[in-house]
Formats: sequence, C-alpha cells, structure tokens
Amino acid sequence: MSERTVSTPARDDSRTRPSRTRSIIDRYGPPALIVVLTIAAWELIIIVFDVPTYIWAPPTLIVETIREEFPDLLSHSAVTLTETLVGFFFAVVAGLAFGLLLHFSTWAKRSLYPILIASQSIPTVVLAPVFVLVLGFGLWPKVAVVALFCFFPIVVGTIDGLMSVDREYIRMMLTLDATRMGIFRRVEFPSALPQIFTGTRVAATYAAIGAVFGEWAGSQSGLGWQMLQAKGRLDTALVFADIVFITVMALSLFGLVSLVERLTIPWAKKGGRT
Amino acid sequence: MTGPAFTSTAAIELRGIHHRFGEVTALADVQFTIHRHERVGIVGPSGCGKSTLLSAIAGLIQPAEGTVEIDEATTPQERLRRCALMPQRDLLLPWRTALDNAAIAMENRGMRRSEARDRTRPLFERFGLAEFEERTPNELSGGMRQRVAFLRTLMAEKDILLLDEPFAALDSITRSGMQEWLLAALEQEPRTVLLVTHDVDEALLLTHRVVVMSARPGRIVLTLETDFPRDRPRREIVTSPEFATLKESALEALEL
Repeated sequence: MSERTVSTPARDDSRTRPSRTRSIIDRYGPPALIVVLTIAAWELIIIVFDVPTYIWAPPTLIVETIREEFPDLLSHSAVTLTETLVGFFFAVVAGLAFGLLLHFSTWAKRSLYPILIASQSIPTVVLAPVFVLVLGFGLWPKVAVVALFCFFPIVVGTIDGLMSVDREYIRMMLTLDATRMGIFRRVEFPSALPQIFTGTRVAATYAAIGAVFGEWAGSQSGLGWQMLQAKGRLDTALVFADIVFITVMALSLFGLVSLVERLTIPWAKKGGRT
Repeated sequence: MTGPAFTSTAAIELRGIHHRFGEVTALADVQFTIHRHERVGIVGPSGCGKSTLLSAIAGLIQPAEGTVEIDEATTPQERLRRCALMPQRDLLLPWRTALDNAAIAMENRGMRRSEARDRTRPLFERFGLAEFEERTPNELSGGMRQRVAFLRTLMAEKDILLLDEPFAALDSITRSGMQEWLLAALEQEPRTVLLVTHDVDEALLLTHRVVVMSARPGRIVLTLETDFPRDRPRREIVTSPEFATLKESALEALEL
C-alpha cells in the first residue's frame, strides 16, 4: 500500500458477517416475543374476566394437564404418530411412482393427469367415514386418509419438477450420448428434486391432521380420539394439550423433511440457480 | 496460401441446406465442407441461423431441405453419435462437481463413475484446472466454468466439436485468455471444429477458415482462409496487417 492509496468506504463487517448468536436472535427473536406475549395475554384475560376453565383453559392449566396426563398423551401420540408416518410413507412412495409413470408415459399423462386434478375437488375429509366403513376401526383407515391427504402435493411436485427441466440440458445430454434413462438419472430427476421436496414438505404438514380426521371418523385410541373424549367431559385443558401434541408432531415431520432436503440437495439453496 | 495440409477426407459435408421457421427463412442454400481436424469459424449477425445450423449438423434437428453428411452418415441419430456440442451457456449441472460434470459423457456411455472420474482427472491437470476437481459449479468463475464445459465436450471423445458462441457470456479479458487456452487445447487434442461466433477476431484467431453469413435468410456471403502462425503471441497476430485485411473484408461482408 506504500505506492498508491485507493480509498473506498470502510466496509461494515457487522452487517456482512454477523455473529452466530446475533443472527439467531435477529431471526427468531421477534416471532418468539410475539408468541410469549400472546400466551401471557391469554393467561391474563382468563384471570381478569374470570373465564370458566371448561370454556377456555389458561396456558398454566394446559401445562399442568400435560404434566398430569403425560403417560396417556404419550401412548395416544404413539398411535397417531404411527398412523401419520405409515400414511406419509405410502403417500411418498405412491406419489413418486405416480409422478414418474405420468412422466414416462404420454398416454398415462393425457388420460390420468386431468382426472388427478379434478379429483382434488373432492374434499378428502368426507371420505374418512367411508374408509372406516370399509377398513374398520384400526390403523388402516387412518393410514388411508393420511396417504390421500399427502399424495396430491407430492405428485404435483414430482410432475411439475420433471416438466420444468431446462430443455437445453437435455439437448446437451443428447449430444453427449445419453440414453433416455441416463437423461432421467443425471438431469431430470436431480433437477426435479427441489420441487419434489417442496411438495413433500407441504404433505408433511398435512399428515398429522389427516390422522386426526381419520380418528374422528371412528377410532378407539389416538390423540384425535382422546380429544373427542376430553371434549365430552368438558376437559378443555386436555383438548388443548392434544392440540399441542398434534402441532408438535406436524412441526417435527416438517422439520425432518426439511433436514433431509438440506442434506440431499445442498446445491439447491446456495447458488439459487439450477 | 500455405495452409495446414488437410487430408482430403471430408469430415462434415453440407449440401443445399434450407431451413425455415414459419415465415422466416433461417438457412438458405448453405453448402460447405469441413476436413478432418480443420477448424472452421462461422460469423454472422444474430438471426443468421448459426445456432440452427449447428443443431442441424449435430442431428438435434433435421433441416427442411438438403443433406448433412458426417463421415458418410446422414441420419440424425448417427450424426448425434459423431458430434459433441458445446452450448453458449455452460450448462454445468449444479449437483455435480466440476470433475463429475466433465466426466458425464463417459457415464452416459455406461462407464462406472469412478472410472470416468479417473479418466477425466488428467485433463484437469493438463488444462489448468488442477485442484478445482471437487468444486461445485457455483464455486467456479465464469472462465473456469467454460473450461469445464469444454472439457466435458472433449471427454465425449468425438472427433467433431460444435462450439456455439462458447465465450459470448464472458468479459473481454477473460475471453481473450480463454481463446488462447482453447487454441492451446486444440493444438494438443486436434479435433474437427466448427466454431460459431459473432466475434470476427475470435473466428480469425481460432480457426483455419472463416465463413461469413448474412441474416434472414442465413446464407454464406464470404469465405476467408486464415493462415497465422499459431505460435506467435496473440497481440502480434491481432495487430498484423494481414489480420487487419482479413478483418476488414469480413466486416465489409457483414455490412458493419
């Protein structure tokens, strides 16, 4: 620097490189604050207006109920979790398989894709009682509802992802001796993965709700069943405790899929271009 | 002119190529021959059908009229098997490392991935990409991405390379570096090259013969033989009177 001096405005390093703790606080601080304030207000309103707990349970009572009923909540969670995971698994397998079938067969695409889209106007929830009639009160009707809930976003993600592959990649691969299968394995499928994961993440948030709907239609255990029982006894705190558990379950599955996504396709986020 | 002695065997033979897109005549009566290991440049304004011509030669499309013959093969499938095309965009796959991108043609032919990688690695060293093998494309500079894209084309092990404005997306300093790099690479690994570009200097510097095309309809208006000693530095060639004369006539034909 002795020969010439070039002055540029000093760089604000704290902006380009914030410390790890600071960035976590920046990111999660505001929403966390809102949540804490809401819970506090909730508790306060119930105390101030003396709302009966069977109408609206205060957070402290919900926490206490969770502590008291923990073993029960846990065993019902296991039931609902099983339904959720098994149904979700089937949806992923069937969704991918169906998406690939439509991708490889023009005939299947032309005949089945319109039906698939049209079928979405059937509210899946109303099918739950039908599944109970056909499949009984056990695991399988719930699995069916969950799978049906989750199937659609995964299929659509797969098909859209495979359709939106940059044609230029395919031309390039053709001049590099690629077979149809080679193009699929090395270009089409990887480039569709971000959209497949987007569909799967959406499906993950639906899965637990599907299981609860299935349980409402007819069951002997599970968080949905426990909720109905609690409602009948005007045990509002337990209803909320079930909601907390269902929410945690849905969030965990969503988080798990996001984690798998980040590990499988690290290239998708970083560059921003595919 | 004492051009390089090419064997009389024609690698690419184009006869009476016509092609149109709707009302627009993209190619009109395009006809020329490229000999083995000859490098031919095509310059022309945008819309002269340069890229269409490359797609037609490569077998990605079939021209409406005329024949493309590559080593006596005429069907699109056979042409695809004999040509490697390097597009203007590098089209590196973001989920593959630089080495895996360059090795993809060998994997496409059914070679095991580890073997394809082993066969490609020496080229990275020879062509100034050593230590970048395991980088992903978005960790590479524009010039390096183009180099990897070129190696990928080379690794297809085809005699005919069709280069479609390979350096158009690069800044001018990077571009001249890349041109020298490409020239050195092709002196080491001689191939039959058809280079499409809109840069007259690039065509004159890199090829043995430059074909000038007009736009709409795309037809050949001039052919220039170039004969610069390739071992001279670029600077000397570009500033020589011979170069200036050829460039002048090319620009005149392009009506620039």
